[in-house]
Amino acid sequence: MASTDDRDTPPQNIEPGFLGWLNRRTGLDTLLATALYEPIPGGARLAYIFGSGLLFIFISQIITGVFLALYYVPSADHAHTTVAYITKSVTAGSFLRSLHFYGASAMVVVLLLHLSQTYIYGAYKGRRELLWLSGCVLFGLVLAMAFTGYLLPWDQRAYFATAVGTNAVSEVPLVGESLKRLIRGGTDMGTLTISRFFVAHVFLIPACIFILVASHIFLFRNAGAAGPFTEDPYHPKQKPELFYPRQVLMDLSLTALLIIGLGLLSFFVPTTLGPAANPADPQYIPRPEWYYLPIFQWLKYWHGAASVVGILVIPTILVLAVIALPFLDRSIERRPWKRPIAMGAYAFVMFTLVGLGLRSEYLDKHDPSVAQQLAKQDQEEKDYMRKPFEPELSSASLAAANVALADPLAAKGKTIFEAQSCNACHGDGGIGTAAAPALIGVGAKFSPDQLANLLHHPTAKMTAGGMPAVDLPDPDLKALIAYLNSLK
Amino acid sequence: MITTADNSEPSSEKRRSFLGALLALGSFCVGALLAVPLIRFTLFPLIRRTTQLKGALVGPVSDFSSLSEPVARTIQIEQVDGWRKAISEKTVYVTKGDGAAPRVLSSICPHLGCTVPWVGAKNEFICPCHGATFSPDGKRVSGPSLRGMDELESQVQDGQLIVRFQYFRQLVADKEVIG
Repeated sequence: MASTDDRDTPPQNIEPGFLGWLNRRTGLDTLLATALYEPIPGGARLAYIFGSGLLFIFISQIITGVFLALYYVPSADHAHTTVAYITKSVTAGSFLRSLHFYGASAMVVVLLLHLSQTYIYGAYKGRRELLWLSGCVLFGLVLAMAFTGYLLPWDQRAYFATAVGTNAVSEVPLVGESLKRLIRGGTDMGTLTISRFFVAHVFLIPACIFILVASHIFLFRNAGAAGPFTEDPYHPKQKPELFYPRQVLMDLSLTALLIIGLGLLSFFVPTTLGPAANPADPQYIPRPEWYYLPIFQWLKYWHGAASVVGILVIPTILVLAVIALPFLDRSIERRPWKRPIAMGAYAFVMFTLVGLGLRSEYLDKHDPSVAQQLAKQDQEEKDYMRKPFEPELSSASLAAANVALADPLAAKGKTIFEAQSCNACHGDGGIGTAAAPALIGVGAKFSPDQLANLLHHPTAKMTAGGMPAVDLPDPDLKALIAYLNSLK
Repeated sequence: MITTADNSEPSSEKRRSFLGALLALGSFCVGALLAVPLIRFTLFPLIRRTTQLKGALVGPVSDFSSLSEPVARTIQIEQVDGWRKAISEKTVYVTKGDGAAPRVLSSICPHLGCTVPWVGAKNEFICPCHGATFSPDGKRVSGPSLRGMDELESQVQDGQLIVRFQYFRQLVADKEVIG
């Protein structure tokens, strides 16, 4: 039987020439054959396409993420400007950012489908405990990616959503407050929070995901594909079909669908960026991204002493139950209609999550003041998107501008500094040039009297460098010294 | 599909490798298509200038229609560097031009770069550093400078005099832009 069927025996590769040589040296063909000729009991099915869909989105997120980092700066004073630059100025910037943004949502959607398929098909059963466990950790890591990435644009939406998200952590008994400060890098949200979230989002979590994806695939191949829910989870009996070509084609059709869907969405409905975070805004109503709405709504119900139950006890029990599932459910029965408790629990959790999410939306729509404020926030975001990109004023020019405003005497001194051509050698704002040293901080080194003396009678070394004696009326000299003192 | 097993091995093998080639080609094409936005994103600084000096506003051109002597104006020049900009102030002189439009001179001495003040009493520009002197229209009169004061490109837009500030190489006889 096996010898006549082309689907369960890998073809032998005895290629001559360059490809043959490359394969003999690298074993690429063996690797490819191992990847492609995995037997699937019961044959290829559309139900099995979600795992590779997730892998595709993950790769897409890495590529778009790496490219976004070309222009992004993770600090509270530049993050928003650089994201605005990407969105409004850089060619294809809005498209790539949108791909990354919508990719995150697509990841959560496909992850839920993958999880649901595994659960409904009982594909965690038999020798698949670690496979399920690694999947659970990956689920958590994907949610952590979504959470940490959300803050990085540092606009109003990002800032306040994360402020609420990290605040929820402080509800954890005993260590809550310390935990919150650890995540934020301080009591309040600030530039250290961005640094932490950036490092987690770009280095730590992706590294963990790489390791776990590799483990997940290894454990999957080690246990073997589970096949349909009529299959025995330990000893598959149904006629196998190789992964290639039909399952590959099915998987690729999901990939194609994702490319087209994400591409069209990013092109025609690019994601927006709101005004820069303003922590002092007392009006702003924070709302998380859709996949966090159920948790957001759930937390609203728990206050005071009972909050420990809602925020810690119930979620912990739920998470532990999910993690422990393959250890608790040892029956080899996989048909959903024979597993009423498992299916009932699944339906209950899903309905609760969807219900909580919808409830949150409903409450927002039916509270006039909230609805009005949310509409206003949306409008502010649209208005901000319409404005052309405004480059950030560098700190050097800001300092110069501040002098003019702060101290009229120093401002007069600045005019003298320029009129006397001091800036020709000492540079604009006394930053120094090749011809003469910087004057920044000179006020800390010399007293005003010493400065006046040096200006009237430059030292021999100064004269040799081309410094002329400054002969000014007394009020002008005072103003010039006031300006020199302001250079910090 | 099961019935295909009855076919002879070679033809099935051939069909499979044809499919493989098709998939490889398809993936390559889709990959190439997806790389286009990535390349455009990366090449942005080469396609569009990301460091530039914008034209600076000197003032309404009517202010300079009947000049008897050069006047100093402070201009704010905006230097854009990617997503940031720096604003610095420079002094320029507006003086009578050959035609209707005024002429704008850089106040930087072409000798060694000091700022040259206008000395109305002597009707000359006199550099305080090494004594180079220039006529009211910026031509070299005497002193160590090898050329006259540098004229800046200017134009009138909607009644406003706009100047493009540039630096020129010092200590040479011919004007040469350095940035």
